[in-house]
Amino acid sequence: MIGGFGTAGMPSELIDALIQHGARDLTIVNNNAGNADIGLAALLKAKRVRKIICSFPRQTDSYVFDALYHAGEIELELVPQGNLAERIRAAGAGIGAFFTPTAYGTPLAEGKETRVINGRGYVLEYPIAADFALIKAEKGDRWGNLVYRKTARNFGPIMASAAKCAIAQVRKVVALGELDPEAIVTPGIFVQRVVEIDVPGQLSPPQAAA
Amino acid sequence: MKRFTRDQMAARVARDIPEGAYVNLGIGLPTMVANHLPKEREIFLHSENGLLGMGPAPAAGAEDPDLINAGKQPVTLLIGGAYFHHADSFAMMRGGHLDICVLGAFQVSAKGDLANWHTGAPDAIPAVGGAMDLAIGAKKVYVMMELLTKQGESKLVAECSYPVTGVNCVNRVFTDHGVFDVTPNGFVVREIIEGLSFDELQKLAQVPLTFEPLEAASTLEA
Repeated sequence: MIGGFGTAGMPSELIDALIQHGARDLTIVNNNAGNADIGLAALLKAKRVRKIICSFPRQTDSYVFDALYHAGEIELELVPQGNLAERIRAAGAGIGAFFTPTAYGTPLAEGKETRVINGRGYVLEYPIAADFALIKAEKGDRWGNLVYRKTARNFGPIMASAAKCAIAQVRKVVALGELDPEAIVTPGIFVQRVVEIDVPGQLSPPQAAA
Repeated sequence: MKRFTRDQMAARVARDIPEGAYVNLGIGLPTMVANHLPKEREIFLHSENGLLGMGPAPAAGAEDPDLINAGKQPVTLLIGGAYFHHADSFAMMRGGHLDICVLGAFQVSAKGDLANWHTGAPDAIPAVGGAMDLAIGAKKVYVMMELLTKQGESKLVAECSYPVTGVNCVNRVFTDHGVFDVTPNGFVVREIIEGLSFDELQKLAQVPLTFEPLEAASTLEA
């Protein structure tokens, strides 16, 4: 799992380290499928990814994914964004499966179990768990407690809970007690590694309507 | 032929968004509605990537890469606004907490089915984002679109020929030619732009319409 919505919250430096590490045949869970040549797109370009599970692969600058997809070199599992978030949340919360109204009656529910509950149609969806989550936060401490910054929070908290090993890159590691206990977003039990990487975020180019 | 500009359509949608509403404006055309919300109304804009109380675009040079909207464009947060993670954001959408969402569309059927995520072209890369969650989750689903395709075909249809985003979910359709409600009896015309007759509109729309204009005072209540 890799956090981020576009480039907001994308842990680009951790992805660069993953590329250097050399792991291949990966299944990646992210909202998108990479922007330009950086971060997730660089990982795809290095041909390390067998399958991607995401909600919105097609962007104005997703040319690396687009080429791999058209060449049949990457498998795509397209998941509505709310189902993606809830499946990740469910994995972290120990839920076995859940019924969701999203995608009922659409092509994305084909072949899936459905049920009518109180007159409304629902689709059965299963959790998505991961071996590793790479996420980005603003500050973290030695216990793994995290706070995020603005909309860079996005998938970070739920992905941390859904992975056996959650690795967070933070702009600043602070001493225990510096984070307000009332304001900690991800409690340290969900985070196994914290790495300080002090670089500012990057803006995506404007995206086409979709 | 006379018809509404996109700005006029956006202004017309904005008129139907009442004081105190929690609203999600979809990517593309619906984003323009934000420019026409009456200043005297307090309206809360939600963005799927985790903010409530979304403000306008920042001044040039003040963009923050960590503060973007669903279209990944830089935005601002109003005083009183909040950030939250994705599961909470989609709980707001799927849990029926949003009063209104405004979406673009390829087609809307007489039963209220919406098609707006995929043309079905075999070589197209499918992308769905949060469209299916919004379609089934908001209390009212408003569609904003041109009535006709560039080829002159009506986007109001008996059955969607494009893959659907949600079934029986659209409440009202705002177009450049008029405003339509989706009812158990099919499309009901609520407003026609000035200079166009019902018969002319019926000819353009190509699906059966009935005409029951709204009283001006009741336009806020669908």
